[in-house]
Amino acid sequence: MQTEPIKPKYEQLLRDFYTQLRAIHIDQLERKWITISLVVIGLFVGIITIDAFFHGVNPPSKVETVDSASLHLNKEFAEDNLGVQVDEKGAIIVRMVAGRYAFFPKHISVPAETAITLRWVSMDVLHGVHIPMTNMSTMIVPGYVAEITTTFPKPGEYPVLCNEYCGLGHNHMWSNISVIAKEDWTAPVKSAAKGGSNNE
Amino acid sequence: MNDAAERKLALSHLWVAFIAFVVACFMGEYQVLERSGFIPALDSPSVYFASVSTHGVLMAFVLTTFFIMGFGYYIATTSLKQPVWNKPLAWGAFWLALTGVVLAAIPLLTGKASVLYTFYPPIVAHAAFYIGATLLVVGSWVWCAIMLVMFVQWKKANTGQPVPLAMFATAMNALLWLWTSAGVALEVLFQLIPFSLGWIDTIDPGLSRTLFAWTLHPIVYFWLIPAYTAFYVFVPKQAGGFLFSDEMARLAFIVLAVFALPIGFHHLYMDPEQAKGWKLLHGIGTFVVALPTLVTGFTVIASLEIAGRLRGGKGLFGWIGSLPWTNTMVLSVILSLLMLIFGGFGGIVNASYAMNAMIHNTAWVPGHFHLIFAGTTVIMYFAIAYYLWPMLVKKPLFSSSMALVQLWTWFIGMSILTTPWHVLGLLGQPRRISTVVYNNLLTLSWKPYELMMILGGLVLLGSACLFIYNLAKTQLNPATEVFDEQIEFAEPIHAVKSLPEWLNDIKLWNKVIAVLMAISFGYPILQFFFMDTSGSSPWGY
Repeated sequence: MQTEPIKPKYEQLLRDFYTQLRAIHIDQLERKWITISLVVIGLFVGIITIDAFFHGVNPPSKVETVDSASLHLNKEFAEDNLGVQVDEKGAIIVRMVAGRYAFFPKHISVPAETAITLRWVSMDVLHGVHIPMTNMSTMIVPGYVAEITTTFPKPGEYPVLCNEYCGLGHNHMWSNISVIAKEDWTAPVKSAAKGGSNNE
Repeated sequence: MNDAAERKLALSHLWVAFIAFVVACFMGEYQVLERSGFIPALDSPSVYFASVSTHGVLMAFVLTTFFIMGFGYYIATTSLKQPVWNKPLAWGAFWLALTGVVLAAIPLLTGKASVLYTFYPPIVAHAAFYIGATLLVVGSWVWCAIMLVMFVQWKKANTGQPVPLAMFATAMNALLWLWTSAGVALEVLFQLIPFSLGWIDTIDPGLSRTLFAWTLHPIVYFWLIPAYTAFYVFVPKQAGGFLFSDEMARLAFIVLAVFALPIGFHHLYMDPEQAKGWKLLHGIGTFVVALPTLVTGFTVIASLEIAGRLRGGKGLFGWIGSLPWTNTMVLSVILSLLMLIFGGFGGIVNASYAMNAMIHNTAWVPGHFHLIFAGTTVIMYFAIAYYLWPMLVKKPLFSSSMALVQLWTWFIGMSILTTPWHVLGLLGQPRRISTVVYNNLLTLSWKPYELMMILGGLVLLGSACLFIYNLAKTQLNPATEVFDEQIEFAEPIHAVKSLPEWLNDIKLWNKVIAVLMAISFGYPILQFFFMDTSGSSPWGY
């Protein structure tokens, strides 16, 4: 086995590298500037990492696959099942389908100041969606479920906009969401999602 | 040395770059006009998206690649004081890349490739678009090979000597580009070309986006390195001073090239096909790559201060006033740094893992990259052109005052264009829309900013035309007046006599990049072959 001589060899290489690095002429002032830069970068990275690990602040990253070509046969994303639902644990789940050129259902109502999990899928090409003035933003890549949990702080009428080029009708791809004061919101009856009239 | 052949080679590349640039500027102005909806007769999504696709390809692929190739040939021959190695091969690469551009331009201009320069599968374009783009990249690979051969040959002939800084930067850029382009090359060769020709039925857009993200960040450093090269090797001399530190310049280029590569996932923060741990890892790397830019800012400003004081500037800020503001190179670097400060600030917002959600795919993003690419980077391309043109055509510059007006108007136009663009993003406007049809009160707040953007675009278009006019008049000057100045590289305060091998060579850094790329892209790419994914079939647009 060669493992024994290799380790000292790399140690020596690293030691040489360090000695040479120390030998480079760096001005005192520049040294200070580099230290300040490293501290600032360290601060940014530190805050982001602490938020990610301890406060769970992460972008939508649930790697979950789905067959975008057969959503109509998929139980979860069949037409009857779309829109706002409250599951048995009381969590609010919104299932949305993006397809050229609309988000379905075209209008939904959700309560403010309440955690909401949105699950987006594409039935054709690449889309992206964001709700201005909120942090609800995700790409919708065909073949994957984009899941994001967020809380809408302020009641109001918001547009839901496609933000990724998806074809010549891309401009027309948008829908609406009503964020309703928490106390005024009532969970939709399950069968309500069936009809089209209140979704238009 | 008679460098007539090298000068012709460099000029041909630079002309292709700048013609592409000015054509794309006209498209840019049309796009802000069309997008605003103020002129209903212009309204046409098909023309708009064909134009956006062409504008992106011309600016991001043609202007940059041809400029970098031409600049690299001239830097190599002047800094190493030897002819360009294998000129027939260099011309072959030129014609190959130009053929690629023409081949891609046909579907682009006829609306058969309105997929934007970022491709967006599973939407497919005509195969000629992908094949043309591939030929352009293959041409640039030949350039990389020529640069690296010249680098190695010079080192062999001058054992132990420090490679001239300008050539060291160019060789690092060649290495960076070979690694950078590999990602998109894999996507195009194994996914997009077979997909567009119907040889394969489905592709996984998750994999495509991952491979494209591999290329998407370091490519901007490929564009930026010539600008940084000018910062270090031209600016101090032109300002009348010395380079603050030669070693720190090399370190900056090394860190830039090494850490630009393994960080592409900040483009995928909002994507569902990659897990959060990988995104966070790339996010941290993104902050690390801010370091060489902070060091560069320091070195360039310190070099300028030395020059200002040598010219008699006194006091804390007095040296700024005594700088030669009428020197095109010095004026450009000042304006470039100003735009870099604001653009860099925006970049930190984009890089911030969670804050990114507020601006992702909004108008903020094109605002950001216009400021940092079309502003910071391209203004240095102008400065390099004004500096080199008289040497390349052996005639004095047609008008230096016109050049100064052009640089100022570019800066002012870019400020007028990109400030409202950023604001629109914060107000929630998506990028990549051809007009606003949302029936929502929010959109009313967008109008005044769109008006400002039209004005900014107009100033920029005028500035671009002045630039081309000045270069053409310089070259077409019938006078036999000969311009005989030689290119001057800045001297460092402390001349470097010898360097450790890792500051003078790229081999070690190639290995470091290989390890970092394996760590940051290995699993995220391999996962697609182990996951149970369902591919997408091709779609039109």
